[in-house]
Parts: sequence; structure tokens; C-alpha cells
Amino acid sequence: MTGDGVRLLAPDGTRVPHPEHSIDLSPEELRSLYRDMALARRFDAEGVTLQRQGELGLWPSLLGQEAAQVGSVRALRDDDHAFPSYREHAVALGRGMDPLALLRLFRGVDHGDWDPAEHRFHLYTLVIGSQTLHATGYALGLAKDGSESAVVAYFGDGATAQGDVSEAFNFAAVYGAPVVFFCQNNQWAISESNERQTRVPLHQRARGFGFPGVRVDGNDVLACLAVTRWALERARRGEGPTLIEAFTYRMGAHTTSDDPSRYRDAAEVESWRAKDPLLRLERLLRAEGASDDAFFAATEAAGEELAARVREGVRSMAAPGVHELFDHVYAEPHALVDEERAAFDVYRAAFVQEG
Amino acid sequence: MTGTTSTPAGPERTTLVAALNAALRAALAEDPRTLLMGEDIGRLGGVFRVTDGLQKDFGEGRVMDTPLAESGIVGTAIGLALSGYRPVVEIQFDGFVFPAYDQIVTQLAKMHARSRGKVRLPVVIRIPYGGGIGAVEHHSESPEALFAHVAGLRVMSPATPSDAYWMLREAIRSDDPVVFLEPKRRYYEKGEVDRRPAARPGPPRARVVREGTDLTLVAYGPMVATCLNAAAVAAEEGHELEVIDLRSISPIDFDAVDRSVRRTGRLVVAHEAPVFFGAGAEIAARITERCFYHLEAPVLRVGGFHTPYPPSRLEDEYLPGLDRVLDAVDRALAA
Repeated sequence: MTGDGVRLLAPDGTRVPHPEHSIDLSPEELRSLYRDMALARRFDAEGVTLQRQGELGLWPSLLGQEAAQVGSVRALRDDDHAFPSYREHAVALGRGMDPLALLRLFRGVDHGDWDPAEHRFHLYTLVIGSQTLHATGYALGLAKDGSESAVVAYFGDGATAQGDVSEAFNFAAVYGAPVVFFCQNNQWAISESNERQTRVPLHQRARGFGFPGVRVDGNDVLACLAVTRWALERARRGEGPTLIEAFTYRMGAHTTSDDPSRYRDAAEVESWRAKDPLLRLERLLRAEGASDDAFFAATEAAGEELAARVREGVRSMAAPGVHELFDHVYAEPHALVDEERAAFDVYRAAFVQEG
Repeated sequence: MTGTTSTPAGPERTTLVAALNAALRAALAEDPRTLLMGEDIGRLGGVFRVTDGLQKDFGEGRVMDTPLAESGIVGTAIGLALSGYRPVVEIQFDGFVFPAYDQIVTQLAKMHARSRGKVRLPVVIRIPYGGGIGAVEHHSESPEALFAHVAGLRVMSPATPSDAYWMLREAIRSDDPVVFLEPKRRYYEKGEVDRRPAARPGPPRARVVREGTDLTLVAYGPMVATCLNAAAVAAEEGHELEVIDLRSISPIDFDAVDRSVRRTGRLVVAHEAPVFFGAGAEIAARITERCFYHLEAPVLRVGGFHTPYPPSRLEDEYLPGLDRVLDAVDRALAA
């Protein structure tokens, strides 16, 4: 399977039948998916703005990947676990995370210190692909516990070139771990296109490891939800891992430090704009009479409210205390850290006395 | 000791390998969340037989033969630790740990700090290390400085069967990640091990293994026995050396070294690892800062050269043996 992959909702907002994957959602559920995508997009735009204003050191935008993230995370049960990379802001919101927790990392207040157990949303991982192994290990732990919970590991097309991702595929296959590998193929690993990462369509990698791989239209929230739900059910039934390649596009820069005009054509970006994930769901909602102008206006207002809360929250974040340097290096006392903390206190006290 | 987890009536004489096996067996029996992972550790019992019989007694789910991929082993161990397990990982040989170095340094070591204490990763990474066994390339290395340099890791190395048993128990009990370096050339040396709970020494601190007044000789792991031999020879020549076994390389018990050097005024540090940027450099610097006015001679280091570990027919020249240790002792005493 190549091309756009499993598609249930065409860019023009019409439904597309699929022989294996279908989904039956109520108008309320459809509106809720739209709302989550719209809020994520507004939150993300605020991240970019806050970086431009100097409030954040960096922001990796998810623009264009809303359907892949919102659709997949919606498939998770509350007791399932998500292991993100660092662009999974919509997944985070979908798990109930406080958006400010993500922003603390990018403001430099902490390294992203949320408790992964609270929302079953694990720590952002900046070393590309590392978290796929953690997700696999976690899934093994769940299986050992006899749990029916499952795990979704998020990563990008660039990560598939990392050895850790291949090792994760293999470990998961060998042990039959209840993990779904959800690859957002946004076409660009910073400046390097798919052709520099792989010679086969990414979903085909799974076959070599002995489990199914499926490409899905990553800008189709319904297909992302349906296929992820199917893969999670396979995991729960003890049928092992699945690779989902969500074929999507990073509409913005890699991060706010990047300049994509140096490596890709505006025409390519425009061609993907026509496949916008929000626009196509809006078309469906309007065509089926599931939403009216009032709904879209209310959603936009909720987005502005979220952005204002985030803006205010970021600007009022307290700087970390100086002892944060030392306090959590080890779980148990470590003589060297204790010694250095004490020496640093003496050093700082000298400045205080000098006034 | 294989096959029993019962508490013995008293101390037993056993090999270092058997002591490690007993520690793993006791940990598996004590806590159902403890898991062993590694290459060939199950049916084979590990290439050095450290895990001999454990899969048979505890099952494949708890003594896991893994695919041959070190980063995969450590990365999945991190995931298992996140899910509440306490994995004890075996890396088959020192030179094969480097595919896992990324996971160890960027993930395992940092997750407690970056989560500000919300995530604990009680993972033990056992590595047979060091030379002297006539092995081929990549099977004789001493990478301890590469781990000690990383905040968030604890690094320790036992020198005796008793320490092998108790330090491995402590490593598994610790809520921090521990790199546990096993002196493979001492694997089959015997010593007395008292496994009774009352004998538990607690977290590893440096130990004076031979008292002396003229010079302090600091070592850990495989070099402790070499240094004890050196002290015995020096005694015949009228020099009383104090030998300290550090046991832990992160943290280092500088207080113990400091106390000794204040009495002896002379310090020699010995390890198999290259001297350049080795543990000895750190000890020399710290002790010079702390004990400058007590030192009668510069702190000297004995260890490997700034060369790759040589072919085994040359390893006796590379490894600091009795003569090289005594040479450094003589130079320090002459100063």
C-alpha cells in the first residue's frame, strides 16, 4: 500500500468507504475531534508567538499534524500509555496534560518534569527514537502484569533511521509486546527529505520485523483514529506490535530556529495546504449538518481563551531555585553532589554578605 | 550456592561468580519485580555462568534472554523500570557496552533529575570488565571513568566474593541506576562470604584492607589483590603500605582516602584503566586540594597507557602488575 494510505475522509470533506477500516462516530464525537484539533492548532500558534516574543527558547510546531495526533490519541483508553517525542503537543492535550507543563520545558524552567504516571503521558524525548525502546519495555511490563493496557510510541520519519527504532521494532516483535508504533511521517527531518532516510515506504519496514505496517492518511483524523484503535485492539488481544505510518506534512519550520525556505519549495507546502486536516473535517461537519457557524465561533473563542491562559501562565512562570541544580541528580544521597552543593552555598553566601 | 536461597548457618568459601549468582538468586526470590535481562543469560547461564540455573528456577519471564542488541536491552530495561520493575541487565563484555552508552548517558542517568524526582530508574547494568584473561579485542577494557563522569549514575566494582555478593545486593536495592563492574579476572577466585542478613554492610564505602603508616595505596576491583601483594612485598623491604579498596567509583569515598593520607603523607592510585583522565586523576586532584600540606610527595598514578588495549600477548606489559605498582611506591617513598 502506497500513496496516501487508509483514508476515510477526503480533502473535500466527503467520506470514503474502506474495506477493512471504518468508523461510526456521533456528531458530538466528530465535533469533539474538530475542537481538539482546533485547540491544539491555536495552542501551537501561541507557542510560536511566545518564542518570537522571547518568552520561550524554542518551539517545535505541530502545524499540519493535528489529525495524526488527535486521531491517534483519541484511540487510547485512559489506562493506555503514550510515549512522545517532542512535537506531540496535541497528544499531550488529548491525555489531559496541562499545556503549561510542556511550555516550562521550552521556556527553560525545567526539562519537562511532569509525572508520567498522572496522565499516562511520558516525558518528552529529544534524543531521536530513544523513547521507542522505553515504550517497548513499558509494554513488556504491562504484559507481565497481565494488564490489558497498551502503549503507543510516537516518533517521526527521521527517527526510523535510528538504530534504537529498529531495535524497538525487533524487541517488540520477539516478545510480542502490546505496543503501537505511531510514526508521523511529516516528510522532513529538519532539512532532509524521506529519500535521505529510507528506500522503502516506512510502513513496509514492519514486514521485515514480522508485524503489520499500515499507512494512513495522516491528515484524516477519522482514519488515524480508526487505524490506531484497530492496532491497539490487536495489542490488547496479545497479537503484538503494529506500525502505523501517518502520512502527513510539517507545515511549519522544524522548530522556531529553522528556516524551511532553504530546503523546500513553497509549491510543495501549498499542495499540502489543500489537504488541511481541520478544513476537511469542517467540510464534513457542515455538509452533514453536524455543526453550524455558532459551533465554529465557539471553538475559536475557546482557542483564544486557551491562548490567553497559556500566555499569562508562561509570563508568570517562576524561575527555578538555585538548588534545583543539585536536588534531584540522584534518588539517594551522593557524597559528591552534597559536597558541591555545600561549596556552592558558601560561594554564594560570600556575594550576599558583600551586598 | 546455586539452587538455594536459604540463609546459610555461617560464612561459606566460594568464588566471586558464585557469590554474584547467589546475590541475583536472593534478589529474584525476595522481590518479584526484579528481572534479569541479557544475551545468553538464560539457558546458557551467561558466558561466565553468573546467571547459571536462574532461568530454570525463576522462568523465562524473569530471566530474559534478549536479542543481541545492547541499546535495545538498556532501552527496554528503562521502560520496564518505568513500569515498576527492577531490571538487572548483563552486558556480555566491557567493550560491548557502547551501543548502549547513548541510552545509559542520555536517558537512564538523567531521567530522575529531569523529572525532578518523579521518575526513578532502579536499573543495574552488570559488566564483566578488565583484562588479564588472554582475551581478544574488546574483551578486556576498563570503561569506569566514562560512567563515573556522568551525573546520575552510580558506579561500583567489588574486589572480593563477599563484596560481590553484598554490593550487588545494594546495587539492586538502590533506586538509582548503577553500573556494576565485575572484575572478570577475579571471577573464579575464592573468598569467604557471609550471606546472613546481620552481615549486611550497607551501601559500599571505602575499606582499609591493610593498615600501614608509610604510604596509601588506593585501588578497586581487580587491582585490590595486586595492591595487597605489593604491600606484602613492600613490608619485606620495611615499608608499611596502607591499602584502600574504594569499592565505589561514583561517589568516591574521599574522606576515607583523606584520613589515610593525612597519616601516611603519600598516595599512589592504581587501576587498569588508562591513567589519562582516569579515576586516579580525580583522586589525585581532590586529595591534593584536601591534603596539600600533609603530602610528602606528589600523588602518583599507575594504570594503563593512552593506547588501545593491546593484543593479549602484550597485556602483561599494559596492565599495571606488581612491579609497576612497586615502582610507583618506590618513587613516592623516595620523594
